[in-house]
Amino acid sequence: MLRFEKRPQPSQVWTYLTPLLAVVITMIAGAALFAALGKDPVAAITTIFWEPLFGEFAFYYRPQLLIKGAPLVLIAIGLSLGFRAGIWNIGAEGQYIIGALTGAGVGLAFYPMESWVIFPLMVLAGALGGWIWAMIPAILKLRFGTNEILVSLMLVYVAEKLLAAMALGLMKNPEGMGFPGSRNLRQYESAHNAELITGSGMHWGVVAAMIAVIFAYILLNRHILGYHIRLTGQAPRAARFAGVNPARLVLFCLGTSGALAGLAGMFEVAGPAGQVSIDFNVGYGFTAIIVAFLGRLHPVGILLAGLLMALTYIGGELAQSNLGLPAAAIQLFQGMLLFFLLAVDVLTNYRIRLSRSEGVA
Amino acid sequence: MNLTKLLATAAVALGLATTAMAQDKTKVGFIYVGPIGDGGWTYEHNKGRLAVEAHFGDKVETVYQESVPEGADAERAITQMALQGADLIFTTSFGYMEPTLAVAGKFPNVKFEHATGFKTAPNLATYSARFYEGRAVQGHIAGKMTKSNIVGYIASFPIPEVIRGINSAYIHAKKVNPDVEFKIIWAYTWFDPAKEADAATALIEQGADVILQHTDSTAPQAAAEKADNVITFGQASDMGEYAPMPRVSSIIDNWAPYYIARTQAVMDDTWESVQTWDGIGAGMVGIGEISSAVPEAIKAEALALKAALADGSDHPFTGPLKKQDGSDWLGDGETADDGTLLGMNFYVEGITGDIPN
Repeated sequence: MLRFEKRPQPSQVWTYLTPLLAVVITMIAGAALFAALGKDPVAAITTIFWEPLFGEFAFYYRPQLLIKGAPLVLIAIGLSLGFRAGIWNIGAEGQYIIGALTGAGVGLAFYPMESWVIFPLMVLAGALGGWIWAMIPAILKLRFGTNEILVSLMLVYVAEKLLAAMALGLMKNPEGMGFPGSRNLRQYESAHNAELITGSGMHWGVVAAMIAVIFAYILLNRHILGYHIRLTGQAPRAARFAGVNPARLVLFCLGTSGALAGLAGMFEVAGPAGQVSIDFNVGYGFTAIIVAFLGRLHPVGILLAGLLMALTYIGGELAQSNLGLPAAAIQLFQGMLLFFLLAVDVLTNYRIRLSRSEGVA
Repeated sequence: MNLTKLLATAAVALGLATTAMAQDKTKVGFIYVGPIGDGGWTYEHNKGRLAVEAHFGDKVETVYQESVPEGADAERAITQMALQGADLIFTTSFGYMEPTLAVAGKFPNVKFEHATGFKTAPNLATYSARFYEGRAVQGHIAGKMTKSNIVGYIASFPIPEVIRGINSAYIHAKKVNPDVEFKIIWAYTWFDPAKEADAATALIEQGADVILQHTDSTAPQAAAEKADNVITFGQASDMGEYAPMPRVSSIIDNWAPYYIARTQAVMDDTWESVQTWDGIGAGMVGIGEISSAVPEAIKAEALALKAALADGSDHPFTGPLKKQDGSDWLGDGETADDGTLLGMNFYVEGITGDIPN
């Protein structure tokens, strides 16, 4: 018989090992799933994990990893700050949408004027938009004690309605023959979030994501505010005795994650997506929650987790069109990753023992 | 423009490689917005793909990717198909217009076909169906069949395509039943069974005994079945599993002949960038069997209307017609031109409510 024994302290080793273990178990369970669907499991797993990196067309897919990973990392970094302090912003998808709308709105307002100031203004507007959207749950929480999980989540749906209204109304391309969707910002030089080096996939969003990783690392390890965040998450009572102001922390964590999500939306709408359309958001704000936890809420971990997630997306698409795997199987595969991560997390806090007290963990 | 060059070279290299191999196989790719099992829009496109396979057998290889989000992800999915050597790629949703255009620019040797859009290029054609012809038949049946004189309409997005359908159905319902009234709910989705079911239930509660839908799932059919004595029409696909009640007829998208013809054109090297907009006459729009729940007389009238639309002796938008604001649109006997239809952003006289903005 197996028995769980609580560790006196979470295992340092397992904290780092569990994400890797989860990936391996996901690969095995995924292979079994693909085999059950009648596909060659080895081919499926190599298509997902190997092809995009080292396959025939890797020159195209490697930059795509950055394009797909950047918004995930940018949003997840913001979320991780709050998650560490026990402040749960679940509505990053909404803040992402609003950031895209405010950013694109500024750009479209200037059309067709060309000037170097337009893009920086759009960046500011994007961050501000996301920040304001995140301030709604923050202020409601502080004034009326509402639950930020519910409020931020509900605001995603409000944001989606706003997005549809903008794509069909105010921001609709006047030359679009009545069809929904804004002008294509990629065809408007001053507003285009173009690749910095052609063919590299590096756009300003990727740069912003890297800067965010570095700043978050410094903040958490070297700054008193980062210390307060960690302390509040680990021991809220002790934090209060240590003079942490919880209200300020709520404002900071929700505000920062909102601003970063808004930035991600702005960089996406001005670059890879190109236009405000009804279906602009594809779930980065929700996937980023998985990325944050997969990365152990640690900035470097999040960077790696974001790239891994991007890899499963791109490899998953390849597996779909090359091997005819259904889209649902790929989504299931991605879902397994979080599921197994949470499952093997038990090993961080518990030791597995046989009843005859033979250690196996 | 390094990447463009690189991709173009890859495309050329592939183009050469595939023409070398293409003696035996033409590769045709499909990008779908929904799952192939949606029972509506994507389901019918996939049936078209299977028809291409059945028709050409070993001479063709088809690939597809389902549930591709419209936007940046679509661009990657389309690029990937082009990189993998597709000769012809069909992108089957309006939201793929910009991504398809972008990829078409990078792969001049690959042919692209975009459904329901309006932007073209030398290697990018567009195609769509005149669904509003089918709506006219539905409107006729709806006007005759309703007892409460309230027809419910589940609309998806306020775009010309959808507005055209509402107008066409309304004109023909009104023609046979001057007291008819349309209640329209905007679902803001193409496929969301839960939302569609809610919309259908709300319309039925407001007294509607006919439900028309411009969304792709069968959820409204199920809701109508539960309510009893409410009739519906299949959308995009026949949805025959709900016949004879509540589903009394349907509009069926039939893409197979077009897909086969275009694949043939690529094989024969006669492919050209065209803008196709076909209706009942060409067989792109099918009217599903009118069920036994509809009295024989009404069925005969509906079939006569269908025949007249098919041979061009009737047009769904024939004057005299006024716009909702009372201004004149079409004079006596005048028919609407394609330009106006393609950009339609107004209701005809008699429809209440505003088009949301």
